[in-house]
Amino acid sequence: MAQQPPAMAVTFKVNGKAQALMLDTRTTLLDALRDHIGLMGTKKGCDHGQCGACTVLVNGTRINSCLSLAVMHEGDAVTTIEGLGTPEQLHPMQAAFVKHDGFQCGYCTPGQICSAVAVLEEIRAGIPSHVQGDVGTAPEMSLPEMRERMSGNICRCGAYSNIAEAMAEVAGVRIAETHGAQSDAGAEA
Amino acid sequence: MKAFTYERARTPAAAAAAVAGNKGAKFIAGGTNLLDLMKLEIETPTHLVDVQDLGLDRIEETKEGGLRIGTLVSNTALAADRRVRKDYGVLTRAIVAGASGQLRNKATTGGNLLQRTRCPYFYDTNQACNKRKPGSGCAAIGGFSRQLGVIGTSDSCIATHPSDMAIALRVLDAAVETVDASGKARSIVIGEFHRLPGNTPHLENVLQPGELITAVTLPKPIGGRHFYHKVRDRASYAFALVSVAAVLNEDGSGRAAFGGVAPRPWRVEAADAQMRSGAGAVAKTAFAEARPTHENAFKVALAERTLAALIAENRA
Repeated sequence: MAQQPPAMAVTFKVNGKAQALMLDTRTTLLDALRDHIGLMGTKKGCDHGQCGACTVLVNGTRINSCLSLAVMHEGDAVTTIEGLGTPEQLHPMQAAFVKHDGFQCGYCTPGQICSAVAVLEEIRAGIPSHVQGDVGTAPEMSLPEMRERMSGNICRCGAYSNIAEAMAEVAGVRIAETHGAQSDAGAEA
Repeated sequence: MKAFTYERARTPAAAAAAVAGNKGAKFIAGGTNLLDLMKLEIETPTHLVDVQDLGLDRIEETKEGGLRIGTLVSNTALAADRRVRKDYGVLTRAIVAGASGQLRNKATTGGNLLQRTRCPYFYDTNQACNKRKPGSGCAAIGGFSRQLGVIGTSDSCIATHPSDMAIALRVLDAAVETVDASGKARSIVIGEFHRLPGNTPHLENVLQPGELITAVTLPKPIGGRHFYHKVRDRASYAFALVSVAAVLNEDGSGRAAFGGVAPRPWRVEAADAQMRSGAGAVAKTAFAEARPTHENAFKVALAERTLAALIAENRA
């Protein structure tokens, strides 16, 4: 008879609610969220960390939930798209995606929004990026910065420019000003 | 994915002992490359030793005036460190040129050095690959080789090391600190850490079974202007065709390491000595033994031109 695959207990918080699970050690954080907790907002795209559809926040930091084992998250606090806002009370980034038409089919959108929320925090925290002229200085809140930092989220429908506009609105960046900067960055890249 | 048991180690020596004593065991830290490969059953560990609780997540100053970077420091935290940005700009630049924000948040310093090649024939389990299955042959030789290595390769393997970070560490003369199961520590200079493939391409570094990376150390700052220029098919989130890490001085002297071209960060100190004579002289020495394929011969010229651009920028 085949042996039972190894299972382990793990507890972590998802969107503020404690979860105690008994999981096959192979279960990714993504599969734990979807198949064991029933939060279907987080999506499985490539399942190899290439598309970003599975992006969630762990202790406030964005990661690919498909490339992390659930048992590695003992004691962590996970935030998914369901934890950012509700249909009645959207997170400002969700509202901006709706306003600016930042999606078409919507499959990548939960990952895009989780990533977008974290990107604005990363810029505010001064995390450097590839498009900075001088990594010794603080990065600017600008469209080129946002676009570079969102490169781990792929949108097959190509809603990128609207996603960037949604992010710019939430960040308080004037789009008219940053369109010029955007083409400068294109030349540099 | 194959089934495995899992434990969280409490000390570096205990982690090393847990892996050394179990042939199917592997360390897991960020997991961003290992889990990718486990899903494809290219890696099939039967036991994982999670090292996240070892407290190796700090960057400290060394008594020699350099930095000791704990192996668990994330790529993001390393790139963002104030001291690294000020004195080792090439390292920050290399890290932010690689992967995506999500991956850099999870990927670790030690794990970055141990990541496997992205050669498509290594990833495709239907293809012959001496690195994945020793003795099975190399389908990359004679295959689609535009992305693959031009120097340091062998008749068994033409894969490249994919890291950006490691190219900067090589130009900075970093060292890798380890501990083994008996608790014995050693330091390996980065230039001797990765092996060339020869006829054993499955052996990629000089670590012994169970030997755990605890830190990467940087010598005291060397000054100069720091550059990392990566040439790739997309503006972001793609592996290098060619990358150049360079530290150039006002008098035109300097040093350079090349990525995307070899099974390990490629630097030839005798080539550095030619820096004041220009990129052509450096590349002639650094790539003297190049053996490109007809699809990737452009990389040798591209490496020279990329360095030439950085030398021009340094003069400007």
